[in-house]
Amino acid sequence: MEEKMFEIKNLKASLEDEDKQILKGMDLKINPGEVHAIMGPNGSGKSTMSYVAAGKGGYVVDEGEVLLDGANLLDMEPDERAAAGLFLAFQYPVEIPGVGNMTFLRTAVNAQRKMRGEEELNAAEFLKLVRAKAKSLKIDADMLKRPVNVGFSGGEKKRNEILQMAMLEPKMCILDETDSGLDVDAMKLVSEGVNALRDGKRSFLVITHYQRLLDHIKPDVVHIMADGKIIKTGGPELALEVEHNGYADLMTEVA
Amino acid sequence: MGELKVDSAAGALLARHGAPRLAAAWAESARHAARERVLALGAAGRRDEYWRFTNPAALNAADAPDVEILELDETPVFDAADKLLVVFEDGVYSPALSDDLTGENLEISTLSDALNSDIHWASDVFGVLEAKGQNPVPRVFAALNTAKADQGVVIRATGIVTKPVAFRYLRKNTQSDVVIHHVIRVESGADLSILENGAGGARHNKCMEVDIADGGSFHHLRAQGRDHARIANTQIFARLGAESHFKSFTLTVNGKLTRNEVVIDIMGDHSTASVSGACLGDGDFLHDDTIFVTHDAAHCESRQVFKKVLKNGATGVFQGKILVKPGAQKTDGYQISQGLLLDEDSNFLAKPELEIYADDVACSHGSTCGAVDEGALFYLMSRGVPRRQAQNMMILAFLDEAIQEIESEALADDIRSRLVGWAERHSA
Repeated sequence: MEEKMFEIKNLKASLEDEDKQILKGMDLKINPGEVHAIMGPNGSGKSTMSYVAAGKGGYVVDEGEVLLDGANLLDMEPDERAAAGLFLAFQYPVEIPGVGNMTFLRTAVNAQRKMRGEEELNAAEFLKLVRAKAKSLKIDADMLKRPVNVGFSGGEKKRNEILQMAMLEPKMCILDETDSGLDVDAMKLVSEGVNALRDGKRSFLVITHYQRLLDHIKPDVVHIMADGKIIKTGGPELALEVEHNGYADLMTEVA
Repeated sequence: MGELKVDSAAGALLARHGAPRLAAAWAESARHAARERVLALGAAGRRDEYWRFTNPAALNAADAPDVEILELDETPVFDAADKLLVVFEDGVYSPALSDDLTGENLEISTLSDALNSDIHWASDVFGVLEAKGQNPVPRVFAALNTAKADQGVVIRATGIVTKPVAFRYLRKNTQSDVVIHHVIRVESGADLSILENGAGGARHNKCMEVDIADGGSFHHLRAQGRDHARIANTQIFARLGAESHFKSFTLTVNGKLTRNEVVIDIMGDHSTASVSGACLGDGDFLHDDTIFVTHDAAHCESRQVFKKVLKNGATGVFQGKILVKPGAQKTDGYQISQGLLLDEDSNFLAKPELEIYADDVACSHGSTCGAVDEGALFYLMSRGVPRRQAQNMMILAFLDEAIQEIESEALADDIRSRLVGWAERHSA
């Protein structure tokens, strides 16, 4: 069995529209079941890394690989990456008027199953599954019926992301500032949702600005990112250090 | 009567259709007046304000185009509905293929039978609503239709008609030039639904006059047939009494040229009118909705909801007007027209118009045109939905506001399934 399941190798990526490199040789390895956190100042490339990994348009990969179980995700369409087991919880989940949340979820679940050669879930099986998962995230039936994220509060949107994650059962989850815009209670709820998915095999990469989220989702490894690279890696204590001293010390230390 | 300026192109329009069978005096007089209107209005041309976006050349041409007949191996739209079926083949009523023309709370006959009767309620409607609808915007093809139509159905609903009357327009001849005229009267408190489907002709000029008495309700739902090269211009003229309701929805997929005009006169207080449509065009396709809603009564609501999905150089046109006459206070007028362009070759041309002469009204209009939202597309794909399927979901979502105007859920779902079919066929 492949030891390192998720690996970013010397990733360099630029914005398509301007000649500006954002990721400048990023390296990262996450073993099965591990939770890693990435912290870093604004503009360090954290969100860009998540978008490039998931396949969002507007970026050009200059060099490097993003591997999931040995397969290079960068060669795949975004939907193929999802079927391969990658999930990105968006910092700003997109509103899609006219597409029902339930229809969306079922289409996504079945599209992935189909791509993997598994049998699709019928309406009854799906409904049973989604109801059970929604309940634990305190997502009511009304939210499932409404169009995707339309009129959802910030907390509802993030809970909806976690519901999708729970339904799709990915191998590798990237959470892009899932704590932004959440009050204390909502953060707790979302964290519980994430923790419920920790099963010793599934891996997580949590992007955050604040140590507080890491009190709820306890990381095994913490990385500090600056100027498109990981500049320091350590244990949970690294997040505390950032919380107390900011990034300035770390950045001068490396420079 | 002043001196008549004879327009030779208009004369040619009249000359290309044979004379209809001789009818009763009142009907002949209506036809005569319609012929005079055609000559006075002149043929439609690109210089006319309401033909600037749509070239009427193919509608003016002496002959209908030669159009291959589309053979479909699928259930016709609305087939599942319990209905009174009325079939036309190349624009000619087919008693053999139609159900008996009887129904509860329903008086129904062919147009030629009605026009042959010496006394008929239709004399208050036939050519009357059409003539009124010529002002202020000329609609010469509608006048032509009144002058020449021999085919069509005349319906009077005297109570709640539970089964919709379904017109099905079949094509047998590749070059049929069809003129059909329906006359409908919905009596006080009556309720009538009309379904229409099929292309009906290589060229199809259809006119429907609908007179709704106080407290009457009229629902209309149509699908215009998928034959690629067919051309059609349709005209609906509706007159609404007090506390009456009018609803019309049109689905158009394919067709080289479609011009749908709807002229609604709201004459009585507390009435509602909704006219909506969804169209999907790929390639050599021009679809034009030209709507004119007049509010001539207080406390009435009107809605216009039009959505067009266009690709490979297809063109969508929307010309929608709300006219609020003096005294039509508390009018609530809503109008939205939107184009979804699937590539850079397609066009959406919109001209929303509001003309308001009352001071206590709420009228809103919006018109947008854009591509599929890339952010939403990526979001769907990032969850595992393949691009093609994601784009189709976005197309259906875009159209849904128009579909929601359809009252019957079952019929709306039938329409949705046709949209899915089109999207899948055209997303290779």
